[in-house]
Amino acid sequence: MLSIKNLHASIEGTPILRGINLEVKAGEVHAIMGPNGSGKSTLASVLAGREEYEVTEGEVSFKGKNLLDLSPEVRAREGVFLAFQYPVEIPGVSSTNFLRTAVNQVREYRGEEALDAVKFLTLMKEKMKLVEMDQKLLSRALNEGFSGGEKKRNEIFQMAMLAPTLSILDETDSGLDIDALRIVSNGVNQLKSKDNATIIVTHYQRLLDYIIPDFVHVLYNGQIVKSGSKELALELEEKGYDWIKDEVDSRATV
Amino acid sequence: MSTLIKQDILVELLANVGTGFEQVRAAGKEAFQDQGFPTNKSEEYKFTAITKKLEQSIQNFAPAGAFEVTADQVKANVFEGYAGDVLVFANGHFQPSLSSTIEGVEVALLSEKADTAIGSIAKPGKDPFCALNQSSFEGGIFISVPKKAQIQMPILLLNFFKANGGQVIQPRVWIEAGDFAEVTFINHSVNLSDTPYFANKVMELKGGLNTQIRCYNLQNEGKNAIEVSTTETDIQKDGRFTSVNISLSGELVRNNLSINILGSNSEGNMYGLYLLNGKSHVDNHTNMDHTVAHSESNELYKGILADSSRGVFNGKIFVRQDAQKTNAFQQNNNILLSEDAVVNTKPQLEIWADDVKCSHGCTTGQLDEEALFYLQARGIAKDQAKGLLLYAFAGEVLDHITDESFREYCIAQVQRRLGSNF
Repeated sequence: MLSIKNLHASIEGTPILRGINLEVKAGEVHAIMGPNGSGKSTLASVLAGREEYEVTEGEVSFKGKNLLDLSPEVRAREGVFLAFQYPVEIPGVSSTNFLRTAVNQVREYRGEEALDAVKFLTLMKEKMKLVEMDQKLLSRALNEGFSGGEKKRNEIFQMAMLAPTLSILDETDSGLDIDALRIVSNGVNQLKSKDNATIIVTHYQRLLDYIIPDFVHVLYNGQIVKSGSKELALELEEKGYDWIKDEVDSRATV
Repeated sequence: MSTLIKQDILVELLANVGTGFEQVRAAGKEAFQDQGFPTNKSEEYKFTAITKKLEQSIQNFAPAGAFEVTADQVKANVFEGYAGDVLVFANGHFQPSLSSTIEGVEVALLSEKADTAIGSIAKPGKDPFCALNQSSFEGGIFISVPKKAQIQMPILLLNFFKANGGQVIQPRVWIEAGDFAEVTFINHSVNLSDTPYFANKVMELKGGLNTQIRCYNLQNEGKNAIEVSTTETDIQKDGRFTSVNISLSGELVRNNLSINILGSNSEGNMYGLYLLNGKSHVDNHTNMDHTVAHSESNELYKGILADSSRGVFNGKIFVRQDAQKTNAFQQNNNILLSEDAVVNTKPQLEIWADDVKCSHGCTTGQLDEEALFYLQARGIAKDQAKGLLLYAFAGEVLDHITDESFREYCIAQVQRRLGSNF
């Protein structure tokens, strides 16, 4: 589904990603871990099409298309979803209107009929249950005045509404208390299927107790330096990242 | 290119006024001659070179005079679903045959109301254009809302403008509302010609005890209009006055809006939106004067500027020594969509009382890129996402319009502009 080959990206001339290689197949869950500043969020942003990042080398194909050629909105319509690390508050834009516009633009692109108000509301009510969203939140402006947990839940709710094939969760767990973490994970798990894939970007192993990854990759200095099964995450949790850094740095000096 | 010399232009303008108001006109003439046209050294017109613009665009500095307006033109310019009354004007001259008779409201030509205290609220000494209008206004209308009258439906002042040989149009409106009266006015100006004109409008509103007056102004006259619009009101005890001003186009527009709070427990509100493109220049000068204790004012002006348009905002708030317990708030926010667009914004607070709550703020920035990316990342096309964000920014001002058909009309105009031009 997603194939990343030798991806290099920089921001304002500073290289952040220095040759990422990653294959993600339908039905898989990949966790990307790594110390702060290793490039995890950059990878998520580049995949979603954030313009500040310049791809200097490499290629990314998604369902056979060159993802890097597509605008952020077309990527979303093709089925890429980024759950933001910091969801943006947008005063004056109602959550419901925003979501209806988004859902219908995505549906139109996919050759599906636009949802009328009634059908949209029915879908919304169904998906709200997934993340135990309070309907009151949706009558407010988008993310405005939402708590940290509410914002993250809203991200997963939007994901449920847009039915993506590739979901990228960028530090969705940070700042969540255990109840919120359980609710968010539960939502993600219910949305998993054999046809879609999930990339979880996280600093901590904790989330992976709830969403079990098939693969764990460690990102350091803009490269994937180690890949393994979910046990790798536990090892990282126990030993921290220093041993990985030491391993990589000694390899470099030899 | 001619130079505007005050005596020269006054001769032509004064030659055409009818009888009546001799003293008022003389006072206006004197005040205008004292002040003259503003130069680039005039502090109040520092960013708005209106004299130069008049010299360039107006060849015939004479009154445009009345002309015939058709019923179809009226029909075409009343908002869909509008249920209120309509008063029609051609270059400031009232057209009774095309206008409604408003139940419970007295409407008369100013010339029939010789004792109207013209210039007692919008004083000619404060501004040369206000003085010019007082010396040589054409036609003019007197509207009186009696005590305790509650006029449910708004009153639309539909002004048709057209250069007509002469290119100077000087309408004058006097409105008075008795104690406890409630009324809403909508000013809508329609341009019927491609020839540039100079509209120098003055509207004075005299409130009573506990009156509630709303005054909306929609400026969308196209790129040939030069306009100075002066609106001034006195608010008495327990009164409330709310102004909403929407500027969508104009070669050069200057709005002078002044609210004088003369009684306690009263409230003055000023809201404004300017969406500018091309080379439009819109200048909003506002003046909120708290003279007595226990009053409140709210002011919010927002601008979206594209191309090489220019916006000016100057918001004065005076809190006089006696005006303790005043709450006065002012905000001016701007979004610049192009590198060539310019905003000059200046809050100007003079506070002489010591127990007051006053705040002001102004921001000028670009569209929030992070918010734009967020919307795109959810599948919304970039242009549409921009429109959504800009409308969210602008909509806050339109929310203050209470008449539904007029609000819907403004929303449609604004959305059309945000979709097509930005």
